[in-house]
Amino acid sequence: MQGAAATLRHEMIGLAGVIERNVYLVKRYIWWDVAFFVWTVANTLTIVFIAKGVPSLTPAEVDHLTTVLLIGAVIWAYLGIIFEIVTETVAWERWEGTIEYTFMAPLSRPVHLFGMGLFAIVYGVVRAVLLFGVVALFFSLDLPNANYIAALVVLVIASVSFIGIGMMTAVLPLISPEKGTQLGFVAQGVLLVVSGVYYPISVLPEFMQWIAKISPATYALDAARKSILEGYGLTQLWGDIWPLLVIGVVAVPLGLFVFRRGEQHAKRHGKLKRSG
Amino acid sequence: MTQTAEFTSDIEMASQPEAVVVPALEVRDLRKEFIRKDGKRNGWRRRRRRVPALKGISFSMERGETVAILGQNGSGKSTLVRLLSTLLLHEGGTAHVFGHDVFREQRRVRRMVNRVSVEASFFKKMSAVENLSYAARFYGMGHGETKEKIPVILTRVGFPEDRRREPMENLSRGMQQKVALARALLTAPIMLLLDEPTTGLDPRSKLEVQSFIREIRETHDATVLLCTHDLAEAEALADRVGILHQGELLVLEHADELKTRYSAVTLEEAFFAATGKSFEEEGDEDENKEGGD
Repeated sequence: MQGAAATLRHEMIGLAGVIERNVYLVKRYIWWDVAFFVWTVANTLTIVFIAKGVPSLTPAEVDHLTTVLLIGAVIWAYLGIIFEIVTETVAWERWEGTIEYTFMAPLSRPVHLFGMGLFAIVYGVVRAVLLFGVVALFFSLDLPNANYIAALVVLVIASVSFIGIGMMTAVLPLISPEKGTQLGFVAQGVLLVVSGVYYPISVLPEFMQWIAKISPATYALDAARKSILEGYGLTQLWGDIWPLLVIGVVAVPLGLFVFRRGEQHAKRHGKLKRSG
Repeated sequence: MTQTAEFTSDIEMASQPEAVVVPALEVRDLRKEFIRKDGKRNGWRRRRRRVPALKGISFSMERGETVAILGQNGSGKSTLVRLLSTLLLHEGGTAHVFGHDVFREQRRVRRMVNRVSVEASFFKKMSAVENLSYAARFYGMGHGETKEKIPVILTRVGFPEDRRREPMENLSRGMQQKVALARALLTAPIMLLLDEPTTGLDPRSKLEVQSFIREIRETHDATVLLCTHDLAEAEALADRVGILHQGELLVLEHADELKTRYSAVTLEEAFFAATGKSFEEEGDEDENKEGGD
């Protein structure tokens, strides 16, 4: 019992170490982060201004479309951050040259990956709130019914699924040091296309709609829009929440399994090493 | 005491001489192959071939002993260190650290082992203190413990106090290597794997690092496996010297015995007699034997 408590304590300290390291990196690369944030704001504005340019819409319809696009862009930016941080677990360390030291440390892989995921959620929420606030300043949006708490809870639930999928794509740079990261972006791009970020999934070809059904982003976006535009609470959002829970329950163990297999492959073939 | 119970029991086992009956390191018939792509193609696929990096090497080390493994580039030294660091899986044979199977009890072994390699390998924008701090967490060291120990260990390796908050990228190679030594020692490993720790350092930094390794031997109860292609370094630091050539461990004994065996005056002559090659000749880079993308 005492041994189990000590091991748990060890793992919790390791988890804190993963988060601590990422906080140091954000501090040290703060101007890079600022530049990336400005780029994200510009990108989001480009998308949201589309609503203003659509002809023959009433002012109310313009406001509605503006909000729909804004929510889509912000949620996608958030999920993209979660996905990228977890996906780059290997690629970043390989680039910095620390990969061997991290993988030979007595830190369990699930704790390592969950640490990355936990940091990604906190970092992503801060970025998403700032992005929403800054972009909203450009438009006089009136959202009297918005249930921001429900939207935030849905985002956190959706993050679990994205962490699971991120684990699966994080393994790609382990298997293929040169092409792995790019393949991760391909996976992210596929989710962007099918999940109805800027348009309803009903406009997609049928086979893409089937893929949309297993994308957590589909349910996260739907729930976020309902909670912000129509003020839905968690009970009313259950239709979106349960698929997110199911996808999360499947994606996380599957992600861990895939990552473990990828790590074994990398160890077998000598790919668990720095590049350059 | 803030280490885990599992870790503590390993340390305790290794620090009670009368209780220890197992060698610090026991390697038996250890084999490793890599797959290398050659330029030719079989249809659309590039042809691959298996290249042996270690061909069944066997040796053991006693607790507190320092063993140097000499070899040209590509002889298999780094592969050996990476196998013992749990970064590679083997093709056959066994390796045990204080009785624990390197391939089956990886987490136990990881608690006992740390490593300094030829590349210092840090997050370059982060400072020495930040790099040491998060790395120590992975070994279960809490904030209070690192706050106390990091300044002490950086002082021990001769790292200047006024540069501890500077990004690593501003530091010289010698300075970075001192931080790498500090990182390895911070976790109190009972087995230290040094993979060409002084390669590429200027003479002064090299002497400082060697002097610190000597100090570790005298003050810290660690078993040290030193892989190097610096003959003088091997002779000065090691209790026994081994020659690894093309994945085979040709000999492992005291430097004087090794010279006597090959009727040589210097280690360099002994190396030439054992391998038929001069020490400066390049072998195949074992790191490049691995399959690419």
